[in-house]
Amino acid sequence: MASDVLVVAERSGGQFGDITFELLGKAKEIASALGGKAGVVLLGDTSGVDALGAADVVYTIDDPSLSNYNPEATEASLIGLLRQVEPRLLLMGTSTYGLDWGGALSVAWDAQLASYVVGLSLEGSDIIATSQLYGGKLFAEAVLDGERGIVTAIGGSFPAEAGRTGGSPEIVATSATASAGKVTFGAIKEPDKSGVDITSADLLVSVGRGIGSQDNLELVQELADALGSPLSASRPIIDQGWLPKPQQVGKSGQKVKPKAYLSFGISGAPEHLEGMRNADLIISCNTDENAPIFDVAHYGTTVDLFDLVPELAEKLGQ
Amino acid sequence: MRIVVAMRQLADLVEELEVDDSGTDIDREFVKFVSNEWDEAALEEALLIKEQSGAEIVAVALDEPDVDQTLYTAIAKGADKAVKLTGLEEGWVSTHSRAKAIASWLGDQQWDLLLTGVQAADDLDGQLAGILAAQLQVPHAAVVVSAQTEGSSVKVSQELGGGTIVEETIALPAVLGIQTARQAPRYAPITRIRQAMQSGGLEEASVAGDLAEGRPTVRRLYPPEKTGHAEMLTGSASDVADKIIELLRAKGLVKS
Repeated sequence: MASDVLVVAERSGGQFGDITFELLGKAKEIASALGGKAGVVLLGDTSGVDALGAADVVYTIDDPSLSNYNPEATEASLIGLLRQVEPRLLLMGTSTYGLDWGGALSVAWDAQLASYVVGLSLEGSDIIATSQLYGGKLFAEAVLDGERGIVTAIGGSFPAEAGRTGGSPEIVATSATASAGKVTFGAIKEPDKSGVDITSADLLVSVGRGIGSQDNLELVQELADALGSPLSASRPIIDQGWLPKPQQVGKSGQKVKPKAYLSFGISGAPEHLEGMRNADLIISCNTDENAPIFDVAHYGTTVDLFDLVPELAEKLGQ
Repeated sequence: MRIVVAMRQLADLVEELEVDDSGTDIDREFVKFVSNEWDEAALEEALLIKEQSGAEIVAVALDEPDVDQTLYTAIAKGADKAVKLTGLEEGWVSTHSRAKAIASWLGDQQWDLLLTGVQAADDLDGQLAGILAAQLQVPHAAVVVSAQTEGSSVKVSQELGGGTIVEETIALPAVLGIQTARQAPRYAPITRIRQAMQSGGLEEASVAGDLAEGRPTVRRLYPPEKTGHAEMLTGSASDVADKIIELLRAKGLVKS
């Protein structure tokens, strides 16, 4: 039975994301228990191998088709590699990579897929994945049946340190597999950083779906102004077009680590928590006492934001 | 141009979700089911394409609780047709099974572009767009924030995280998982939804399949143990405001 565990490296601006090391640490744990190797796959950009000392083997696929993001070209090459290496497990983040490629790979490689994974372990030779479902309200513990599996894990679920140890992995250069050529890369657009920068603020006032309407935003904006802090928001507010994208906190927005994070009407979907859980002090206001935000907040209140925010603004204005 | 929008019902996350006696699924009896919010974004993007360059929109969904409301609302918003896929048991449908049902129905259809939500809160075995596209052997892209058709291709913007966007051109037919539409989903006036209901016209098509196909075997579904919980501030709004200001002051974030 296959015993290797492969990790698809993720990069942003040339640097490996924490998720790569989190997955690599977990890959080492499982591969060594199975008596196999922990491998990392580098697609396109094959630089930076030195950072991957924790791996037993690094597979590089250096090909022009992979130099830019392209789901079709990437999947074709990953399937080629999977068929060649036949690992027990393939690990990815539940990021754009996992959301975009995971399902297609599970069909093409005929492997079960567990998504939104926050826990992964071995029981005998069974792979047990724990997934966070229903916006973090329920966990599902599931057995990946069959001899191969794919896991997409939520960032921050495993310690990154275990994947940052030194060593000298074997480097295996492999070639790309041609795709059908139906997806053509156009351009990469970096976010506009000229507006409000929420990543460098000491204090953030953040607002979510509980605010109800765009008109009500004025209320929290006044509080943010009184505190001299930028206003940030969770995804629903950005999707409605009520605040610009650079002000979004969360997986698909910005990761922030202010000295204090003051949230109003945010229930705390896993994607949001991923972006703010490391703030030094988190104070959250939500009328649902069971809102997941209270599991990461240091202080919480179920007082209605429409009562609390004006009180705060008034007291601070005095 | 014929655009199919694959929609679905999902337990309303605002509600308290309970685990049923089997311990492996939610108790579906008293839960309210609503349209998956990402599918609403997919429908909006389809409507924008229709307005810009003309298209016929077909909304399709498995027969799940209150799906008629979702499909009639899609018609009220501007979809030309809505199809309900019947024949599957009630319960937790795996994404692979859902994809297979939609793929089998699509086999008899002429279509160019399929849009669906990027994810759903219970898609344990992966997200629909990639699975469906691989089953159909057509190209796909997920986490899409803009889709605009140009002749026999679609120009898409995919979000890579941290606000970085990649633009691509994809040959049709293709499947896209929509993260957000170019504008917030439109509102359908209740009178128009009623009108759509009165004129009926939901088509039905029969599909077959096994609910759990392709999904890892769930052996336990449970609410997470609380690892930590906020210290709750109670009292009047004024009391709580005082306490919050005190906490911020201790951090040097409020001038004393």
